[in-house]
Amino acid sequence: MAAGTKRLITVAVVALIVFWAARPVTMQSRASASRIVSLVPALTEMLFAIGAGPQVIAVSSFDEFPPQVKSLPRVGALLDPDMERILALRPDLVLSYGSQTDVQAQLARANIRVFSYRHAGLNGIFTTLKDLGAAVGRPADAERLARDIRGGLDAIQARVRGRPKPKTLLVFERDPASLRSVYVSGGVGFLHDMLGIAGGVNVFADVARESVQPSIETMLARSPDVILEVRATGLLAAADVAQAKRVWGALASVPAVKQGRIEILTGEHLVVPGPRVVQGTEAFARALHPDAFK
Amino acid sequence: MNRLRQGALDSVAAANTQAGGELARVVPSPIRTRLLKTMVGFGVLLVVTCLVAPLVGSSPINIARVFDRSIPFSENVDAQIFFIARMPRVVAGVMAGAALATAGVVFQALLRNALATPFTLGVSAGASLGAMLAIVLGATISAGPFSTVPLASLVGASIAAAIVYRLATMQDRAMSTTVLLLAGVTLNSFFSALIMFVQYIADFVQVYRAMRWIMGDLDVGSFEPIIAALPMLAIAFAMFAWLPSSLNLLSVGADAASARGVDVGRTQRLAFVSASLATAAAVSLAGPIGFIGIVVPHLVRLMVGVDHRLVLPASALFGGAFLVLCDLGARTLLAPLEIPVGVITAMLGGPFFLWLLVRKG
Repeated sequence: MAAGTKRLITVAVVALIVFWAARPVTMQSRASASRIVSLVPALTEMLFAIGAGPQVIAVSSFDEFPPQVKSLPRVGALLDPDMERILALRPDLVLSYGSQTDVQAQLARANIRVFSYRHAGLNGIFTTLKDLGAAVGRPADAERLARDIRGGLDAIQARVRGRPKPKTLLVFERDPASLRSVYVSGGVGFLHDMLGIAGGVNVFADVARESVQPSIETMLARSPDVILEVRATGLLAAADVAQAKRVWGALASVPAVKQGRIEILTGEHLVVPGPRVVQGTEAFARALHPDAFK
Repeated sequence: MNRLRQGALDSVAAANTQAGGELARVVPSPIRTRLLKTMVGFGVLLVVTCLVAPLVGSSPINIARVFDRSIPFSENVDAQIFFIARMPRVVAGVMAGAALATAGVVFQALLRNALATPFTLGVSAGASLGAMLAIVLGATISAGPFSTVPLASLVGASIAAAIVYRLATMQDRAMSTTVLLLAGVTLNSFFSALIMFVQYIADFVQVYRAMRWIMGDLDVGSFEPIIAALPMLAIAFAMFAWLPSSLNLLSVGADAASARGVDVGRTQRLAFVSASLATAAAVSLAGPIGFIGIVVPHLVRLMVGVDHRLVLPASALFGGAFLVLCDLGARTLLAPLEIPVGVITAMLGGPFFLWLLVRKG
C-alpha cells in the first residue's frame, strides 16, 4: 500500500474517532426519559399535566404544585442546585434554567441529558411544551395540553371582548406598609401577556422590561383605572385589603383609588408560567371585568 | 460595593497624617464676613436648586394647575405629582445630602483623615444589615412615623456605632482614632459577612429589594419618613454647632488641641455621636447613599478653605443641593425608569475619589 493511502486511512480513522467522541450528547438520547429531575417549577407542572409525573424523581426547592411533588426529594433551585444530590439520583434528564450554564456543563460531562429553559412571554409556554413533550417522549399529550391552554385563553379573551379595557397597574411586589419598593410588570413577559388577554391595558406597556420599579410620580402620571396586586404566597386577610387601600389612598387622584378598584389576587398559580396560566388569566379577567363573569 | 469601600479604607491609614497637616492651615481674614459670604453663596445655590427641582420630572406638569385652588386636590394630578411625588423627594434629598456631607466633614476631622466617610466606621453596614433583616423576615413593625425598614436600619446603625464607640473609649478617656478606624473597618467587614449570609438564605425577591435599598432611594412618597428623621437631624445639627472651632484645633492633633485648652475627649465624643446620629438618620431616610460624604466636603474645601467654621455649614448647604441635583438626574435621565440615586452619586464620586487619592499621592 502506498504511504499516501496509508496516511489517508489513518487520517480518516482519526477523524471518525474524533467526530464520534465530539458528537452532541443529545443526539444519542433516547426519545423518552424515565428519571427526570426538574429545577424549574413551571416545567414540573407541565410534566405532571402531560402525564409524565411518574417519571419525575426530584424537583426544585421552589416546587409546590401539583401536590404530588411535596413528597419528592428537593435538589436546590436556580442559584443553589445541589449537584451531588442530582448526580446521586442518577437522572437521565435534567430540566434546568438556561442561565445555569455551569450545571449544564457538569451534567454534560456526566453524560446526562439537559433540557434548557428560559422565561419568555405567554407564547413561550407553547414552544416549551412542544420541546418538553418531545424530550420526554409525550409529544401527543403535550400538543393536547397546548391546545387546551390555547382554548382556555381564547375563551377568556372572547368573554371580555368588546368591553372597555381598563388601564391597569400590575403590581407584583411592594413594601407592605408603604408605596416604597413597588415593582410592576413592564411590557414584556407572561404577566403582561396574561393582562392583555384578560382585557386590560398595561400602563407600563411602553417599558420593554419584565419588571419596572416605578416612582410615585410615574404612577400618578399614568393614572391607572385598576391596580391589580398579585401575591404569590399567603392568604388574603381583610386587614391586608384594608391596609392596601390605605397605602394606595395616598395617590388620591388615581382613578383606581377614587373608584376603589384595588384588586388583590393571591396564589402561586398567578406567577408560574405553566399549565395553570388559564386559571391565572381568568382570575385577572374576573378582577378587571367582574360583569363579564356574572 | 463593600469591597470598594474596604479598598478605599486600606488607603485611609496611609493618608492619615497628611490630612491633619493640610487641615491645620488657619484662615486669617475676618471670619464673620467670610461666613456671611459663604452662607449666602451656598444658600442661594440650595434655594435655587430646591425651587427648580420640583418643576422638572419624568412627566410634564402644569404649574398654574398645581397651585389652582379651585380644583380639589384629589382631582388635581399635577398638584399631586408636585406635592406627593416631588416635594418630599426634594426635602428628603436636602436632609440626607446635608446630613451625609456634614457627617463626612466631622469624621474626616475626628479621624484626621481626608478619606474618611460617614460610612467608614460601620454605620452603613449596620444599617444595611438591619434593613436586610427587616426585608427578609418580612416583619411589619412600626413606631410612630417610622415604618419597618427605616426603623430596622436605624437600629442596625445605632448598634454598629455603639460597638465602635465602646471599643474606642475602652482604654482611656480620650478616644483612640486608630482604634476607631480599625474597629470601624473590622465591623464593616463583619457586618458585610452577616449581610452575605442573610442574603444567601433569603429568597430572590427579598435579596433584590435589599440590594435596591442599598443603592439608595429618595422616593419617600410622603412626609412621614421625613418627620421621622427630622428630630434626630435637628439634634445632630445642634451638636455640630458646638464643633467647628474645636475641630480646627483637633485636626492639628490631639496634643496640640489639648494644649490650647480643648477638652479633647469631650470634643471627640460629641463629634462621634453627632456625626453617627446624622448618618443614621440620613440612611434610615434614604438608604446608604455613597460618596456624598467625601465628594461634598472636599469640593467645599477647594472653594472656601479648610476652616471648619466655614466648611461645616457650607457642606450642609452644598450637600443638600448636590443630592437634590443627583436625584433630579436619577428620576429624569432614563424616565420612565429610574436610576438609583446611589448609582449616580457613585458614578460621580468614584472618579472624584480616585482623583483625590492620586492628588494626595
